[in-house]
Amino acid sequence: MSVPLAAPLAGSVDIDRRMGPRLVLSRVVALCVVELQKLSHDRSELITRAVQPALWLVIFGVTFTKLHAIPTGGVPYLDFLAPGVLAQSALFVSIFYGIQIIWERDAGVLAKLMVTPTPRAALVTGKAFAAGVRALAQAVVVYAIAELLGVRFTVNPLKLLGVVVVVLLGAAFFCCLSVTIAGLVLSRDRMMGIGQAIMMPLFFASNALYPVSLMPGWLQVVNHVNPLSYQVEALRGLLIGTSARLPLDFAVLILATAVGIVAASGLLARLAR
Amino acid sequence: MSEAAVSVRGLHYQFGETKAVDGVDLTVFRGEIFGLLGPNGAGKTTTIRAITALLPVPADVISVFGLDVAKRRMAVRRLIGYVPQQLSADGSLSGVENVSLFARLFDVPRRQRKDKVAEALEMMGLTDAAARLAKTYSGGMIRRLELAQALVSSPQLLILDEPTIGLDPIARGSVWERIAAVREETGMTVLLTTHYMEEAEQSCDRVGLMHHGKLGKLGTPRELIEELGAEDGTLEDVFRAYSGGSLEEEQKGLRDVRATRRTAGRLG
Repeated sequence: MSVPLAAPLAGSVDIDRRMGPRLVLSRVVALCVVELQKLSHDRSELITRAVQPALWLVIFGVTFTKLHAIPTGGVPYLDFLAPGVLAQSALFVSIFYGIQIIWERDAGVLAKLMVTPTPRAALVTGKAFAAGVRALAQAVVVYAIAELLGVRFTVNPLKLLGVVVVVLLGAAFFCCLSVTIAGLVLSRDRMMGIGQAIMMPLFFASNALYPVSLMPGWLQVVNHVNPLSYQVEALRGLLIGTSARLPLDFAVLILATAVGIVAASGLLARLAR
Repeated sequence: MSEAAVSVRGLHYQFGETKAVDGVDLTVFRGEIFGLLGPNGAGKTTTIRAITALLPVPADVISVFGLDVAKRRMAVRRLIGYVPQQLSADGSLSGVENVSLFARLFDVPRRQRKDKVAEALEMMGLTDAAARLAKTYSGGMIRRLELAQALVSSPQLLILDEPTIGLDPIARGSVWERIAAVREETGMTVLLTTHYMEEAEQSCDRVGLMHHGKLGKLGTPRELIEELGAEDGTLEDVFRAYSGGSLEEEQKGLRDVRATRRTAGRLG
């Protein structure tokens, strides 16, 4: 019934020098484990969050497949749409992490996390990949719905591993974007409004619903700077075998995530004050 | 009890035009329970947040066990266990999961982690409730769970911001008992803030009275009461005399704190 005193002070201080990738990885693992524990305690959220993507696939996807209104280069429209809906559901999961971090600020959780020996960048990276874990769980549900509707996804394990990485990176980026905005607006109400306001434009200004060639010129420009488009292109290429610039897609997602982590880390202290 | 655990020299902090802390000098000695007292808005929490490096401070203003907070932030944090004012345990995790998270964040070695988590929960009397989700806990149990989170890394310095705020008298008594037991068993230094003068009088070795961002009176509760010269005096009388009789302001502050606590202290 005793918690012994810590190691000698000098020993504790030495650990301070053990920074870098190992420390970041340990924080990412810690926060991802927490996310999995939360999911295991409340799986109903996976079901409720699956309603919207299911509607997109069952109503929008099935109807437009029959209409043949959107040229998809010989691919059934439902197959074309499914990776887009998968990316959208991951986006919707991760974009609300900004609201969560404001709640954590209000409830004292953020201060408590920031008083641990965790650099801000490691904390943000941990949160970002925790969002990725949740998005992956959501992606599995969407994947299953699409398969039930007759979409023929790849079963190649290497490609599926690529899908996992793409979902993780996409969710991590949008989580960081959301935390960055939270660091700017600082208020839960404003963050909810902005979260809603950016989600649909990000979705519609991407190639999730229709090919880029159908977009007007100005929308094509927006599409080219929208990380969601690169995520969808990669998912489509990996899952249904359409043409994709995978090295470019991965590079954009990695770069966007890195920039997002830097931006969100810079604003985290503003949230904690 | 002569070496400094925390040393603060000339701490100033402003939020916009508002001076939150105005030239605080403070030494907390190793092994003591030190209480920073005062009403809401006195600058206690800002001082605590500066000591924990949550707020940026210039070099050579604050040191913890000889380490400059401005220069060795991560090293300082390894020595600290911190419990914020709000009830901040994660309600969607079990007790053991809540404590395990902090064991991981403090790099408690994997081989020792399970035992350390179990010890911290046992010390706080939560072994039987460890598997339950924290949202099923009472306020007092949540506060004890937060103490377990703070203790799992075996810190040298335990920092508690209003540890008994919003708790009923029985839960408050239980929290104070646990804090005293921790100090007794580990010799840990405890720095806490409170506006419950009576509790501070009973539980703190030394106290500092803060008012309008300044630290005025400093000493043992007995010394301060004797200095006042009133028979059957209390720490509350000392504070009233020091702050110019602003007990009414203190009560208002107390209400404000409770309102804040109600708003912000929700569980996930």
